[in-house]
Amino acid sequence: MEILLLLTLFVVAIFLGVELITKVPPTLHTPLMSGSNAISGIALVGALLSAGSGAGFWVNVLGFIAVVLASINVVGGYLVTNRMLAMFKRK
Amino acid sequence: MSMSIIYLSYLLAASLFILGIKGLTKPRTAVRGNQLSALGMLVAVVVTLLDKNILSYEWIIAGLLLGGAIGAIMATKIQVTAMPQMVALLNGFGGGASLFIAIASLLDPESATHSVAQVAIGVAVLIGAVTLSGSLIAFAKLQELIPGNPIRVPGNKFFNALLFAAALGLAIAIVITPDNTNLLYALACVSLLLGVLLVVPIGGADMPVVIALLNSYSGIAAATTGFITGNTVLIVAGALVGASGIILTKIMCKAMNRSLFNVLFGVMAAGGEAIDADEVYAGKIKSTSPEEVAMMLETAAKVVIVPGYGLAMAQAQHAVRELANLLQSRGTEVLYAIHPVAGRMPGHMNVLLAEAEVPYEQLIEMDEINPQFEQTDVAIVIGANDVTNPMAREDKGSPIYGMPILNVDKARTVIVVKRSLSPGFAGLPNPLFAKDNTLMLFGDGKKEIVELTQSLKEAD
Repeated sequence: MEILLLLTLFVVAIFLGVELITKVPPTLHTPLMSGSNAISGIALVGALLSAGSGAGFWVNVLGFIAVVLASINVVGGYLVTNRMLAMFKRK
Repeated sequence: MSMSIIYLSYLLAASLFILGIKGLTKPRTAVRGNQLSALGMLVAVVVTLLDKNILSYEWIIAGLLLGGAIGAIMATKIQVTAMPQMVALLNGFGGGASLFIAIASLLDPESATHSVAQVAIGVAVLIGAVTLSGSLIAFAKLQELIPGNPIRVPGNKFFNALLFAAALGLAIAIVITPDNTNLLYALACVSLLLGVLLVVPIGGADMPVVIALLNSYSGIAAATTGFITGNTVLIVAGALVGASGIILTKIMCKAMNRSLFNVLFGVMAAGGEAIDADEVYAGKIKSTSPEEVAMMLETAAKVVIVPGYGLAMAQAQHAVRELANLLQSRGTEVLYAIHPVAGRMPGHMNVLLAEAEVPYEQLIEMDEINPQFEQTDVAIVIGANDVTNPMAREDKGSPIYGMPILNVDKARTVIVVKRSLSPGFAGLPNPLFAKDNTLMLFGDGKKEIVELTQSLKEAD
């Protein structure tokens, strides 16, 4: 049953994403990509759970690599998006 | 912390992501949107850190510090011209993170207990690895570490299909015997190879499509890892990114009149007989000087600037904006015509011009600017080529026939600033250069525009 709920969530989120993103003007497509990149850094949440779990050395090491990669994504993504959007804002 | 608080916080984070993307629908609200999205990420991370399943923090702190520092340095140092490379790398890291999480999950005896998790692990490894290696190849091509032109591998399609079948077989085998971790490593290797072979044959002109597609994959990979542990925020956020990438991929394909299949398998539309550049250009090319163009601009009421990636290569954005400012101060209307594939990723040209402080109101999309060319006195094409080629509109035998273009040839006078008559990505001659109303201003984009501005100033 749980899998069906998760699947529902996934499909509904895709439809919502499509509706939202078709409204983003082409001017903002590059910041949209870097910003959505930062959002896909949400994998960080999964990475933290692996890196801090008590499931053994190798799980922690793999988790650590994932934490590094995902946090590059999160920090780099949000900062660079902010930098670009600031260019559009100023007059 | 109780499970309900964690999941309610994840709900809050997911809502903030959605509001964040909604903010991006208008330039005015975009900065706030990005901040909301970042706040959502902070909520999700902090709540996860308080999860009772986390027993030690050494690896976490080390990873956050290292990754955060690398990310911060990349984000502040990167040039806007190099943004496609940066996004390609970030896509790859996102996919890589999902790949390593999936492998870690299979090694963790508590997390891969049911078949749903095992299926999700297999899929996450497949998509994550393809995203990682594919993005690294895309990065190397954009950074010109390897040649940007398509690299043809004989039997590529067949080999990729074989690899994909092998990957699916391995994923099924993992579900049947989850204890055999070698299967997982084999799957990771096959998928990494598949990612390389998928991107290697794709040429530089198609890179915007590839980056958008890999963007989508990185989201779907993250969503798939969410299915391993039933993590709702991973599923929602991943799905949003997946949808975003798919839409941008579609927009890019449409703007180049290429099907996704053709882009992925490096198929170019079959052209008629090869067109001889000499035949198109012979005796019909008229070259001009900055002084002559300045005289034309003196009396022009409406000027449209058509920028291409060549403009960014020549670092001419600021020079162009100065020319535009001067024209505007003289009462001339100045607009910029932006083709969807100007630049090397979706929306790239807009960011390049925004960096040079061109107001975004002056950046006009193709569909909106095309009907205006007939009332345009002077169209100035800088560093753009294929997107202005009238063959796409007129010549049914042309490989680019049907590609939407900017109808610059309808303007009263067209000035093309270009070093030589060399062809663009499509490798085709451009009959625009030989039209009666076209004048070629040969030379470096920046230098010519600066001289043009100078001549116009002196005329006053």
